Amino acid sequence: MRARVLVVDDDPALAEMLGIVLRSEGFLPSFVADGERALAAFRENRPDIVLLDLMLPGMSGIDVARAIRAESGIPIVMLTAKSDTVDVVLGLESGADDYVVKPFKPKELVARMRARLRRGEDAAPETLTIGPPGNQITIDVPAHTVSRDGEEVKLTPLEFDLLVALARKPRQVFTREVLLEQVWGYRHAADTRLVNVHVQRLRAKIEPDPERPEIILTVRGVGYKAGTG
Amino acid sequence: MPLRRALRLVRRWWRLLVRHLMRYTAPARRAWRRSLQLRVVAITLVASSLLVGTFGGFIADRSAEILLKRAEDEARAALTTKVRYAEDQLTLYPQSRDPELPSALKDLVNELFGGVASSRGDSVISIRADGYPDLSAVTVPNNVDPRDLITSEMIRAVSGEGGGVRQQIRTAEINGQTTKYLVYGSPVPTRFGQVELYYMVPLTSEDQDANLMRTTVLATGLALVILLGVVAGLVTRLVVTPVRVAARTAQRLSAGLLDQRMKVNGEDDLALLAAAFNQMAANLQRQIVRLEEMSRLQRRFTSDVSHELRTPLTTVRMAADLIFSEREEFDPAVARSAELLQAELDRFEELLTDLLEISRFDAGFAALDAEHTDLVPIVERVAERLTGLAERAGVELELNLPDTPVIAEVDPRRVERVLRNLVGNAVEHAEAKPVLITMATDDAAVAVTVRDHGIGLKPGEERLVFNRFWRADPSRARQTGGTGLGLSISVEDARLHGGWLEAWGSPGEGAQFRLTLPVRAGDRLVAAPLPLIPRDRTAEVS
Repeated sequence: MRARVLVVDDDPALAEMLGIVLRSEGFLPSFVADGERALAAFRENRPDIVLLDLMLPGMSGIDVARAIRAESGIPIVMLTAKSDTVDVVLGLESGADDYVVKPFKPKELVARMRARLRRGEDAAPETLTIGPPGNQITIDVPAHTVSRDGEEVKLTPLEFDLLVALARKPRQVFTREVLLEQVWGYRHAADTRLVNVHVQRLRAKIEPDPERPEIILTVRGVGYKAGTG
Repeated sequence: MPLRRALRLVRRWWRLLVRHLMRYTAPARRAWRRSLQLRVVAITLVASSLLVGTFGGFIADRSAEILLKRAEDEARAALTTKVRYAEDQLTLYPQSRDPELPSALKDLVNELFGGVASSRGDSVISIRADGYPDLSAVTVPNNVDPRDLITSEMIRAVSGEGGGVRQQIRTAEINGQTTKYLVYGSPVPTRFGQVELYYMVPLTSEDQDANLMRTTVLATGLALVILLGVVAGLVTRLVVTPVRVAARTAQRLSAGLLDQRMKVNGEDDLALLAAAFNQMAANLQRQIVRLEEMSRLQRRFTSDVSHELRTPLTTVRMAADLIFSEREEFDPAVARSAELLQAELDRFEELLTDLLEISRFDAGFAALDAEHTDLVPIVERVAERLTGLAERAGVELELNLPDTPVIAEVDPRRVERVLRNLVGNAVEHAEAKPVLITMATDDAAVAVTVRDHGIGLKPGEERLVFNRFWRADPSRARQTGGTGLGLSISVEDARLHGGWLEAWGSPGEGAQFRLTLPVRAGDRLVAAPLPLIPRDRTAEVS
């Protein structure tokens, strides 16, 4: 089964080149050149992954990412010409799972896409519970669902993976680098801002008070760990 | 040497005293230094007290003198009259042994006293005839003992050879009261010889007047001084207040509140100050706004250039990659071209990245993402990543790191970039000799040194290495990689942390680079926990 990719980029040369590379790597790409039509194309094509340029005519990449995130948790990889924190963090906060800075090597891009597409293969039946008593969440790993007091909490696959990685080994402190490797699939440590932003997003969804987290705790100078009773 | 010891003791005590004084007077001295108003008022008070004191003292003295002079004139006139009268009365007695003489003397004194008693109370009149043992001294009022008032020196001066009118001022206890007397003595020639008449006038009223005068002068002077102080205070306030307002406005301006202005009242010097100040503020504001606008445009330009260049470069990069992976199917010239294209694209990319990074620093919008980070794994990771390069260069990387985590508030990406740069440079210039990476920390700072034993730096080059596109040896430059911007970016990265990046080097002995960062972001660095000049080197020198 070839993975369908939606490429949202306004530069025709880059889009065409991306098409050549992606096809040669076994993807099924489709293209859209401006932000306003991106959402319609997304609904129509039902892609498995979205490649999204941040600077687009019409609707900006940030808004497109938000719009897609509002209706789906599928992986979004941003293509950005800017590596400034403001831009990267803004992109990640709007819902992107990962980003690639232009100019990127085709192999790097493909590796990132594969890492995002590689979903928890046939996980064993497993139910995890974390959080202090009275503030616990339950994770059903094979079903990919998270619930608090029997009510389901919607998470994107990446957020789910991040939560599972932390919950599988409560009490263990994960450095950002380890999380990048386990969740994002980076062999070498990359940008730890990825972890920071996604932890914030995850907290916003599962913590009753994201300002005072109890389920995902920060260990200063080291990283994060799951909160337990 | 007891003297020297004593001197030393005195000196120590003196120093101790001075130190104590300094400590206790510190607030006062601070107030003195800081308040112009206080200084002006204090100086006015001191100067006016001196002036008023001198003039007041002079006036009081003069008036007392005048009062005394008048009393003296009066007393002398009275004495002259009395002497003449006594002379007239005593001509009746040619003999000192005249039995009626003592009673006559008594009557005479009583009469004389009666003449003055009404005008001047408490006066004392005395007649002495010490030359004649039969005649005893007569004093009225008789309850007064005049010996305290009439000294023997005076008697001698009045009655002796060439004697005449004498005067003196004596204070004595008369009737249980201490009173100041003006004592006049005069010889009275008689037919049997000479007696002396003493006339003693109390100076009570003169003293009272003088005292009253003095009190008045003192009170007036004091009031004058206080008034002058108040006036000085008010006048200074008039000047100081606008200056203080100007200072406060300047502070607000420098704190970034560019809209702050002073109020301009009237057309005097202070209004001029306010107007000039406002003009300066307006100019500053215009300049700052202009610079901000320029900086914003520059930022915008950098960002646009970045995007506009990177998008086509990405396409080129991907195309080159594709061609490169198929190069075996081309003829050798095209295959080699593909290789060159690939390699030069890498260089171009690196250069573009570094240029954009530098322009980001120049535009002043590089931001520090400081977080608590353990620096040990960063150094280890840098070393690990460069192992391949080091092995190719035949260089051994030695790490000398603390066993415990070294946590500091830094931007890990920037620190890693700096270290990668330093270690990479060291490996390139190490000439197959080991490179040592050392880290140490104290409460305030973390330092990492990277030491190589390669060609080293010539004197003066330890500053030049941080210049953009600087090459130690232009002929060598082509062989070594790098964009020539690495150390310039590293210096900016260190500066962004409030840290230092410094170099030491000596020809043939290698070089050492030291990165020092504050443990808490925003702290000022004072000292580094590691020396810049390597220990083995200092040992050789000393």
